[in-house]
Parts: sequence; structure tokens; C-alpha cells
Amino acid sequence: MELVSLFITSFIVNNIIFMQFLGTCPFLGVSKQIDTAAGMGIAVIFVITLASVITYIIHYAILVSLGLEYLQTIVFILIIAALVQFVEMFLKKSAPGLYQALGIFLPLITTNCAVLGVAINNIIYEYTFVESLVYSVGISSGFLLAIVLFAGVRDKVDYADLPESLKGSAISLITAGLMSVAFLGFSGLQL
Amino acid sequence: MVIVKAVAVTGGIGAVCGVLLAIAAKLFHIDVDQKIIDVRNALPGANCGACGYAGCDAMAEAIAAGKAPVNGCPVANAQAHEKIAEIMGTTAEEGEKKVAHVLCLGCDSLASKKHEYRGVKDCKAAAAVQGGDKSCDKGCLGYGNCVAVCDFDAIDIVDGIAVIDKEKCTACGKCIEECPKAVIEFVPYKNNVIVGCSNRDFGKAVKDVCKIGCIGCKICEKNCPYDAIHVTNNLAKVDYDKCTHCMICVEKCPTKVIEGDLTIKDQAV
Repeated sequence: MELVSLFITSFIVNNIIFMQFLGTCPFLGVSKQIDTAAGMGIAVIFVITLASVITYIIHYAILVSLGLEYLQTIVFILIIAALVQFVEMFLKKSAPGLYQALGIFLPLITTNCAVLGVAINNIIYEYTFVESLVYSVGISSGFLLAIVLFAGVRDKVDYADLPESLKGSAISLITAGLMSVAFLGFSGLQL
Repeated sequence: MVIVKAVAVTGGIGAVCGVLLAIAAKLFHIDVDQKIIDVRNALPGANCGACGYAGCDAMAEAIAAGKAPVNGCPVANAQAHEKIAEIMGTTAEEGEKKVAHVLCLGCDSLASKKHEYRGVKDCKAAAAVQGGDKSCDKGCLGYGNCVAVCDFDAIDIVDGIAVIDKEKCTACGKCIEECPKAVIEFVPYKNNVIVGCSNRDFGKAVKDVCKIGCIGCKICEKNCPYDAIHVTNNLAKVDYDKCTHCMICVEKCPTKVIEGDLTIKDQAV
């Protein structure tokens, strides 16, 4: 039961984009079409889940046992970057179909703060291994939800008769802000 | 001592990652045909999809595999086609160059409107309201969907109708697909004489809605010495193969709906 509430909390209540403001770069960059937004979201789920598992193991197996917790950030960045590279190569060879779908998004995620943020949060909140797994799946599903919703809204906004000065990024930022305010409504939810 | 440990751990993890990646690169190596890379570089890289493939990368693969013709890219010019042919070791057969053309001259001052449209500035949305605000059912609505979809900045809205710059047009066909009124058509690049109307109604009906529409009077057909223009279903159409640019029809047309540059009279062909 606690795991379910952890999932929902990380999925909606503490939505990574609308509540924690992490990963806003791909959120604004790759949300012009619903298809590509969904592709990006799935790639993020994939990478975040994998990265938090590996970083969790590295953190407790190497850093804690050597008393080097303060190296967390730099080591995690190193591992995430290498991991994404590896995943890209692996997919290219063994699952060309999946690579075609995720291919261009994978390198974009390499230095994404959302990935690093989840990995570090897992440590800060002192989650167990299973909890951190649920947390990272929840958070990254929240990213998928946010980017797909946002792409849908942008699709409609494209047809609106906007003043010249609001076109493009301006209206996107306003839209994102309004959606964030809407998600604020979940923050009182007690699970 | 602490710093030594920190450097060792960070460096160690970095080195392990590096070695693993190097091994993985060898392990998961895929041979990419040099031809694909060369062909990809010769393509324009607009990723417009006019060739029917997902993008320039997919097209390059198809050309290298011999599945697509070397001049299959409608956007690339003759030079690029030759280059691709050279890479593939064949010769490119150059097809006739075509450009998209808007078959409507009913600008705001000449074509009447049946209602005032105040909705979204979008041709498809406008067309959903009684077929658009122009009285003519086959007229360009001029809200610029084609302008938005054109990757090559070749279309402008001039006085309420779309006009395509034939020098910039690459015949990718996106505007033709986009236009809800289907007034855009391919015409040969070299051709200059084009009937700028798509309305197939009877003469009076056309005249009522547009001052410059083709009324199907057949004056052009009767006067053409080369049998190169015919009226079918109340609409004149130039036979681009036979037309010699004598400009007689352009001069004789009572509504001046036949487009043609009178200064190049008799020069071509």
C-alpha cells in the first residue's frame, strides 16, 4: 500500500515537471507533436529507471563504504552519461526497431537534470531499493504524462489566433505555467 | 589522503566506464555502408518526406540499397542527382522539372465573398464553414495553410490569394496535400501559360462570383493555332506539351484568366 501511494505521489502530486521543475528543457523542446513527445517520455522512463538502479547500487556499494558520499553528483553524472551511451549502442544492435523509435531522444537525455535529480533524490529520501525503483518509475511516468498533455495543448494552441508577440516560446511558457498551477491542485492530496 | 581516495574512485569509475564502452562499441559494432553516408551527404537534408520515405536518412538507405531511384529526391537539383548517381555508379535520367502553381487568380478585389469569416485564420477551419468565405467554391481562401507548410519559403499570400515563387518551389507537393480547396497543381517549370482558375461551373455562375474566373467561352480554344488549349467541363486547360508560348490565348481571353508573360512571346520552343 505504501508503494502504491509512493507511486501516485511521485507520479502526480510531486510531478517532476510541474512541481519540481526538473527536465523542463526536453519538456519544452520535444513537445511539438504528441507522437514525438510520447517517444521522449518512454525513453525517459527507460533511462531514469535504469539509471536509478545502477546509481543506487554504486552509491551504497562504493561511495558509502569508502565514505565518499560527497562525490555523488560527479560520479552519478559520469555513470548516467556512460549508461546512456551503452544503452544506445545496445539498442542499435539488438533492437533496431526500438532504437529507431527512441534513437534521437536518447542522447538528449544524457545530461538531463531529471535523471540526475531522481538518482540523487533516491539517496536523499533514504529509500530502500524497491522504493527507489517505484519512485523512479513514478517520477518518469509523471514526465511522460506531463509532456504528452503539454504536446496536446500545444497542438491546439497552434491553431489559435495569437498576437504576434505571444507566438512561439512565449505562449508555450504561459501554457506550461498554467498547467503547473493546475497540478498545484493535487498538492493537498494526503495518501 | 582523502583527495587521493576521491581521485582514485572517480578516475576508477571513469576508466571502468570508458573500457566498458570501448568493449561495447566493438561488441555492438554495426557496419554502415559508406555509400549510405555519401548519398546522405549529397541529399538536401530538408527531411521533408516528399520522396515518400521517412526522411533523408531513410531515403539514403533506400537509394544505396537500390530500392529508390537515384533521382528520387524531388527537392535536390540536377547537380545533386548527378552526384548521387556518381556514388551509385549509374547515370541519372533527369525528369522534367515541375513546380506547384495556384490555379486561382481571384484576389480580394476580384472575387466576391459570401460571408464574413471571423474564425481561426486557417484554410481548413474556414473551409469547414460553408466551404469557405469566398463565393467561388473552387477559390483560394488565402489563410495561408500552404505558406505555413512550405519548408522552402516559396509561397506568399498576395492580396488574399496564395502565390508560389517558381524559382523557390522544389515540387515537394506538401502544399498540394495541405490545401483544402485543391487549387494547387503541378505544372511544368518551363511552361508560362497557365489558366488561373479551377471553377467548372457555367459561365454566368462563375461571372457572378469572380471577375477573373474562366467562363468557358472557348475563345482561347478557337484561336489557338497549335491545338494546345481545350475547354472541358467549362474550364480551359493548357496542353503543356503542345503550347508554344505564342500568347494568343492570353491576349484574346475576355476575363484575362490565362496567365502568361507577354514579354516572352514566341521565345520558348
